[in-house]
Amino acid sequence: MNFSELATQVLEILAALAAAPLFLGWVNQCRAWLQNRSAPSLWLPYRSIRKLFYKDAVLAQNASALFRIAPYIVFGAMTVAAAIIPSMGTRMALSPVADAIALVGLFATARMFIALAAMDIGTAFGSLGARREMMVGFLAEPALLIIIFLASLLSATTALPAISEYLATQPLALHPSLAFTAVAFTMVLLAENARIPIDNPATHLELTMIHEALLLEYSARHLALMEWAAALKLFNYACIGFALFVPWGVATGNGPLQILVSIPVLALKLALAGAGLALIETLSAKLRVFRAPEFLATAFLFAVLGLLVHLLLGA
Amino acid sequence: MTSISPLTACLALIALWGAIGLAGLLRPASLRFAGRALFLLGALCGLSLAGVAVWSLGMPTERLVLPLGLPDLPFHVRRDALTSVFLFLLGMASTGISIFAAGYFRKGTGASPGLLCLQYHLFLASMGFVLLADDAYGFMVAWETMALSSYFLVTTQHRVAEIRRAGFLYLLIAHLGAMAILLCFGVLQGGSWQFTFDAMRSAQLQPAWATIAFLLALFGFGAKAGLVPLHVWLPEAHPAAPSPVSALMSGVMLKMAVYGALRVTFDLLGEPVWWWGLVPLGIGLFTAFYGVVFAAVQTDMKRLLAYSSIENIGVAFVGVGLAVVFFGTGLKVLGALALVAALYHCLNHALMKSLLFLGTGAVLHATGERNLGKLGGLIHRMPWVAWLTLIGALAIAGLPPLNGFVSEWLLLQAFLFADDIPHSFINMLIPMSAALVVLSAALAGYVMVKFFGIIFLGTPREASLSQARDCGKLERLGLLWLACGCVALGLLPAQVIAHLNLVAEELLGTSLPSSTSSWWLLAPLPERQASYGPLVLLMAVAGVVALTFLCVRLFYHRRERRGPAWDCGFVRLDARMQDTAEGFGQPIRHIFQPFFRIERELPTPFDRAPRYRVTVSDRIWRALYEPIGSAVQWLADVCAFLQQGRIAIYLLYSFVTLIVLLAVML
Repeated sequence: MNFSELATQVLEILAALAAAPLFLGWVNQCRAWLQNRSAPSLWLPYRSIRKLFYKDAVLAQNASALFRIAPYIVFGAMTVAAAIIPSMGTRMALSPVADAIALVGLFATARMFIALAAMDIGTAFGSLGARREMMVGFLAEPALLIIIFLASLLSATTALPAISEYLATQPLALHPSLAFTAVAFTMVLLAENARIPIDNPATHLELTMIHEALLLEYSARHLALMEWAAALKLFNYACIGFALFVPWGVATGNGPLQILVSIPVLALKLALAGAGLALIETLSAKLRVFRAPEFLATAFLFAVLGLLVHLLLGA
Repeated sequence: MTSISPLTACLALIALWGAIGLAGLLRPASLRFAGRALFLLGALCGLSLAGVAVWSLGMPTERLVLPLGLPDLPFHVRRDALTSVFLFLLGMASTGISIFAAGYFRKGTGASPGLLCLQYHLFLASMGFVLLADDAYGFMVAWETMALSSYFLVTTQHRVAEIRRAGFLYLLIAHLGAMAILLCFGVLQGGSWQFTFDAMRSAQLQPAWATIAFLLALFGFGAKAGLVPLHVWLPEAHPAAPSPVSALMSGVMLKMAVYGALRVTFDLLGEPVWWWGLVPLGIGLFTAFYGVVFAAVQTDMKRLLAYSSIENIGVAFVGVGLAVVFFGTGLKVLGALALVAALYHCLNHALMKSLLFLGTGAVLHATGERNLGKLGGLIHRMPWVAWLTLIGALAIAGLPPLNGFVSEWLLLQAFLFADDIPHSFINMLIPMSAALVVLSAALAGYVMVKFFGIIFLGTPREASLSQARDCGKLERLGLLWLACGCVALGLLPAQVIAHLNLVAEELLGTSLPSSTSSWWLLAPLPERQASYGPLVLLMAVAGVVALTFLCVRLFYHRRERRGPAWDCGFVRLDARMQDTAEGFGQPIRHIFQPFFRIERELPTPFDRAPRYRVTVSDRIWRALYEPIGSAVQWLADVCAFLQQGRIAIYLLYSFVTLIVLLAVML
């Protein structure tokens, strides 16, 4: 570990924390434009987080300690996840600590705590949300891991920075197997981040919601942390996608210049990804909850197809 | 003073367990004597056994011939690295379980405390001897003692007909398995008629016979381990037994079967053929998936855990199968990795499943309820049990930084880097198998949210639950011991693997390359850049959590109010609106419908007292066991024709037999 690795690490964490709500605001803005609405301010997510921090927290009478610590744990897990994903540079101090499998484990930890916290109050919506969230989770996790497996098989490592570095330094060749998995990854991203067609982030219609049902009992600072963590999760997933499928432009060395160059590249990627996400959300309709398994099974199938293409054609 | 060898120390401790059991008979009716004195002594004995096992791990193999057993057939004992690892498992888990049991047993639970103490410690001692035995006789005697003592423990409450039936089923399948193991030893001696394991190691078997021996061993040990379709006894016997016994059976006894499978495959058979591994791999995958899917729809908390054990045993056998495949195809380092993963998983499961079973025991004592649909909100009433059980639940769901994740991670590494098996078909199959392992692990998370959420979170579903009290000091200590074990195994994987490596060295002749990196980092295959540092990961998450907490406190305020639950403004909230166990399992029933046999009883709109009932049962029971049962019944009916019940007929039989014999002889 040297100074520049540590600096990259700190920079990446801070960038993720700062940019995540902005990314969410950007997606919302694009969506509004595409749907012919007047767009909310780009800074709205920051304002609502700030507002929530100033409010008084209201806890249900029978909330246990688990309910109160869950937002901190979820936020912590998402922040550390952001530290592992190479968004700007691949030489990071924390990268030996957790590889891609541990990253998926970290996401699973966050999910489990959200689900448990939702069950803590004992409301009908809480347990309904927990059940659905865990359902989406166990369907999405295998697909995500197959995607990571393929990248690991290509680059002979499971460390995400090393995968990204390998793919970025390859001559610009399109792996057909990666094309399949990119589709799968997009579908997993939609499902895991509670976007249309699995869940609608803008709805509070009781019978269809998943993510909002989990947060129903939270208020003030706890809700702020949960919302921030959700924004971080979206940001993290986007960065995983960049690391696997469009790694070009990421700093593979330690030079400060490389890192500086990678910042606008990342911003550009995020801007495009956000617009793309908004487009997908605008073009598709929300599925019934029991169509979610089919959606995610399709994602799994695409990931497996990618793997088979790699194994059969070596591509 | 001559130094004591680890082997004699182990034997002495096992004998001590036997003696403690017998001491229980001195004052059979005294709960205080058995509980406070004997069980705690047993726990101490277990702790020393774990200590001796660690101490002995690096030492060379020792043998001894005991002057016990039949004339001319003394028991041979032997201790090597594999034995030591499993002795450690036995010692660690039994320490926690015995401490818990010391505070657990109450008056009026069927058998008298003294008798219970005898059966319990005989069970422990026989498991210890299974590990040390070095000849077929000694092994079978210990194996059968283990089966019988656990049978009596399962049927502690023998006045309940259901429990008697569960016990009978267990005994039946245990004996089917034991017969297969006996036949396996018969094949292994290879015509030398020497039944020591040494003779079996040196016997040269023809490939066909070796295959038969392997399959017999898999059947025999699989019956004990609960591989599908021989798993049916687990969900019956585990809930029937008192909780410490369930913990011991699920946590430790199932691992004896894994030990047996490893011993026969890698030690007695010598060089396993690569394709053998596909059998445990395939069965293990199916078992893991099957177990976890069924766990998700259970409504009885101990049955749920029993199905979860089936899943974990499946995962362990996947590791064993993978090790055989890799070893047989010459990928020795990967074979070592898969073997280490399987061993690690056994250790993990011993601790976390014992922890969970003991947790259910505490809940059962506090509430008298095993049905998930009648529990809820116990985190307020029983904080100790709830928080310690949470550690076990998170561990078994395979979440970092706890121990369940480490073995899963190792297994996935073994799967991932298997890119150069010389059989392309297998090459393709292996990532698919990895996907199935991941799916099972992800489903385990679902199961654990259901298990923990329904028992401990929410509001109490019954009024009587407000009387529940947290468990006593000894019980807390037992739970704490196991929870600490889970955390330690999760945070220090590099140290654990350095020890497990010795087993790989011994069985496969290869070990994982020793990583040159730091002590806190797990990097089994250094050239792959795959590493995992749970301690730093935990510190990072904890650091962020602490920092966030401080920032929120510093920059904002700590004001908070308590109010009624919001629930979208609904005011007449009651406990029955929460998900029941059936409700929580509904997505699984829906998605994996073909697996289950579902019977529904639905009310009509006009029912005065509407009743909704859904029972989910095992298809295998009807597809496999009932036909066998009816075939046996049919055969018995046919034979019953011979028994006419009249003396003249029986005399006729004797007469005809005599005539036939005379005709044959002459």
